[in-house]
Amino acid sequence: MRLTAPFLWIFVDIILWGFISKYLSAFGNATFNFTSVILGAIILWNFLTRIQQGVMTAFLEDVWAQSFINFFASPLTIKEYVAGLVATSLAMGLASFLVMAAVAGLVFGYNVFKIGLIILPFMLVLFIFAVAMGIFMTAIILRFGPSAEWLGWPIPFVLSIFAGVFYPISTLPAALQAVSKIIPASYVFESFRGLTGAVSTPHLLANFLTGAGLAIIYLALMYIFLIMIYRRNLKNGQLSRFGAE
Amino acid sequence: MPEEIILRVCRLEKQYQLVKAVDNISFSVRAGEIVGLLGPNGAGKTTTINMILGILEPSAGSVEILCRDLKADRCQVSRQTNFAAVYAHLPANLTVWQNLYIFGLLYGVKNLKKRVDILLKDFDLKSFSKTRVGFLSSGEASRLNLAKAVINQPLLLLLDEPTASLDPSIAQSIRQKIINYAAETRSAVLWTSHNMAEIVDVCNRVLFMSHGRILLSGDPKTLPAEHGKKDLEELFIAAAREPLSFDK
Repeated sequence: MRLTAPFLWIFVDIILWGFISKYLSAFGNATFNFTSVILGAIILWNFLTRIQQGVMTAFLEDVWAQSFINFFASPLTIKEYVAGLVATSLAMGLASFLVMAAVAGLVFGYNVFKIGLIILPFMLVLFIFAVAMGIFMTAIILRFGPSAEWLGWPIPFVLSIFAGVFYPISTLPAALQAVSKIIPASYVFESFRGLTGAVSTPHLLANFLTGAGLAIIYLALMYIFLIMIYRRNLKNGQLSRFGAE
Repeated sequence: MPEEIILRVCRLEKQYQLVKAVDNISFSVRAGEIVGLLGPNGAGKTTTINMILGILEPSAGSVEILCRDLKADRCQVSRQTNFAAVYAHLPANLTVWQNLYIFGLLYGVKNLKKRVDILLKDFDLKSFSKTRVGFLSSGEASRLNLAKAVINQPLLLLLDEPTASLDPSIAQSIRQKIINYAAETRSAVLWTSHNMAEIVDVCNRVLFMSHGRILLSGDPKTLPAEHGKKDLEELFIAAAREPLSFDK
């Protein structure tokens, strides 16, 4: 039952966007296949969302269960705990990706690997960035208490505006394009559109290196941020009183 | 020959902005000893236990477990300790068996499956092995908490009101299991409770805390008479209401 909800969401997403893109393909003079661009983008964005929310939800499970003290009083270190959050979110993200790929293939005949295995390094960028966002939200919840969880759910939706998931970054006003430049996912989606033929071929390697570099920087910064919050909570007693926040 | 010191707390302090929750306390607990940490609400008992567990950083002082400094060596030291508290729950979505197995992994328990089987039997949890923890009654959950607390056969066991909210029959059974555990393994036990009869029944020694300080210590059977009180409950009430009259 617990697994039904996340898989139901992505199933509905793929079906909905699959039909929308099919409808859009039916008219207009587009020189590219809407289904490839939109469905591919939806699959990649959902992959990122599942990873980010996977990290956060795995942490929240311990908060909701009030089992936090039992874990942190054990020999488990914060580094190992975070590794556990990432491992569970990776399992969830990959399972979601496979379900989405299967549904898109069976219902719309869409092959997510049509652009080749080049999708994998770009998925790696999305994975690292999603983990960084998940760790950031974990730190925020640890700092402000369980009630801060509401901040974590809409983050992917907000970021999708700047990441150019469904449209080229050039569509955005100049000020918003500046924000896109510091979001690793925007380099992934620009490249993806290039690979599907929706826009001119971008600088794939440069995009990958910039996206990966930014994602790694965010991951390192967010991890340091989490450790700072953890140490702060160890000092002020918020870690031991966390369930009561 | 005196038993080995398992826990040594030295000049421990915890300051929260203007409030000193724990104020320069020192004590030790030897192998095989069950020490009761008593005091009114807000006395600093749980704060002390949290500092010994390593989930709260002291403002000053040190905690040594088996002659190793907790701050410097928390990971190794934690393998020799464990705890149970009424407010510390186990993951409710996991079964009884899964919980014991996972915490066994965290504490690096050898022959884990066999150890889990022994605990399920010892704590009358065999029939709940596949039950999710969220479906357990409070008595069953307390037995599971205690089973988790001894899974690594800790040399230091910290118990924060382990029998709170349990009926007298289950509370007695839990008490007996802890007494047996301490006797069999020569572990040191630090126990907080508001049930004075329980403390007299179980503890070899008590430390009475108020306003973050240790006011009294001694044998719970003789301590009341030494202070002109008829029993531990009367002594507790007197010390809680007039701590200054006991302050050395």
